[in-house]
Amino acid sequence: MKTANITQDRIIEYLEQGKRFDGRKLDEFRELIIEKNVAKKAEGSVRVRLGKTEVIVGIKMAVGTPYADSANKGNLMVTAELLPLSSPRIELGPPKFRSIELGRVIDRGIRESKVIDLEKLCIKEGEKVWTVFVDIYSINDDGNLLDAAGIGALAALKIAKVPKYDEEEGKVLYGEPDRDLPLNNINPLPVTVHKIGNSLIVDPNCEEEDISESRITIGSSDGIISSMQKGEAVPITIEEMNKAVEMATNIWKELFKKFEKLLK
Amino acid sequence: MTYKRKDGRKNDELRGPIVAKVGVVPNADGSAMFQIGKTIAIAAVYGPKKMHPQHSQNPEKGTLRCTYNMNSFSVEDRIRPGPSRRSTEISKITEWAIEPVLMIEEYANQVVDVHINIIQADAGTRCAGINAAAMALAHAGIPMKDMVSSVSVGKIDKTIVLDLDKFEDSEFEDGEGSTDIPITFTHEGKLTHIQLDGKISPEQLKEAIEMGKKSCDEIYEVQKKALKEIGK
Repeated sequence: MKTANITQDRIIEYLEQGKRFDGRKLDEFRELIIEKNVAKKAEGSVRVRLGKTEVIVGIKMAVGTPYADSANKGNLMVTAELLPLSSPRIELGPPKFRSIELGRVIDRGIRESKVIDLEKLCIKEGEKVWTVFVDIYSINDDGNLLDAAGIGALAALKIAKVPKYDEEEGKVLYGEPDRDLPLNNINPLPVTVHKIGNSLIVDPNCEEEDISESRITIGSSDGIISSMQKGEAVPITIEEMNKAVEMATNIWKELFKKFEKLLK
Repeated sequence: MTYKRKDGRKNDELRGPIVAKVGVVPNADGSAMFQIGKTIAIAAVYGPKKMHPQHSQNPEKGTLRCTYNMNSFSVEDRIRPGPSRRSTEISKITEWAIEPVLMIEEYANQVVDVHINIIQADAGTRCAGINAAAMALAHAGIPMKDMVSSVSVGKIDKTIVLDLDKFEDSEFEDGEGSTDIPITFTHEGKLTHIQLDGKISPEQLKEAIEMGKKSCDEIYEVQKKALKEIGK
């Protein structure tokens, strides 16, 4: 099931000539498709496709108690489930590292960019606040679930509605939207740059992701980086690091343009 | 007094739209989506493949392994991701519902995995899951003697109705309340799965089962049509 050595050698050879098997450039994403409101019980939901990779992201809101260190702010919780449904390689059982990491990296991208105005999600300071749940499900894994999930998370947040809340009864009136989810004008989208041989590429398919030696996920919005994660054990040089940042911030511009168009 | 359905359906009328589609998960050996009303299920088949761990292998025949899983945001009150007592039972029920038509005798020591995911839930999710799973297995080319189709029948107060929605299934409380009977038939007309909760007389149960059989024929046609679309 793993990418064969002979294929690996050929992919590296191709990349050195600036080519990929599917004809893309090294810094080119696959076609992005966003479908809105695929799960109507969610406060906001999207299906994101990057080529054959597909994820579903949904937002649920619930009223809970704030954390002691942020008494006037809503809570954010991001989880990811890599479903065995989405790939023959994903096995049944408790969450493995990949899905935990995915949830955490996406969490960081959203939290640190401060895209959600959490203060506007406070109902009563120290007592009652909204919790925003961002849940990510993989439907078909053909590489780069990370970026697909990050795009999906932001898209779902953008279309999410806060339901009405009956303060006297202490009941959330699901299905009765009250207002848009309060967001700041920040658009964190992750771009993961992979190192294969001496080449840096983005949006790998499964075959390419398999032989990636090292990866770095850069969450940025309009040139401001707010989250990063380097994955896998192969080190990268400072030059490669700089190149990756340049790639990610440039790609963000194109990606965000497409993203905005698709969300309209 | 007879119960009048909120959505204006006839008592023996399925919810719409009914949408069935195969090939929704490219990675899988077979996959399908089944939507009835606001309930949406997808299923993906992986296998037959060698069963691990080895001690779970059955040298006499292949094993069908179903896993039913609901998206956390498929319902109004978010559910915690991961397996629950409910999902564990439904997974097993699904295996029992489908295995009778599956010819897995020849796949000794192997397993066929069927993963079901509920994207949107509005009652009848196990039935939608079974319908999607059966189609996904056919799509995967696993030999089958017959198809299975599933629907929920029920009794609202004193009236027998077909394909309960969320309100009818879990919110209706007047009179005799609500009885939910998810049921699965082979096309030949054999029962492979039935569950019931509520209260009902044997006479009315008979009536409900008859109604279920008739509507499973309808669902069967939808499944068949979607499967015939493959490769078109």
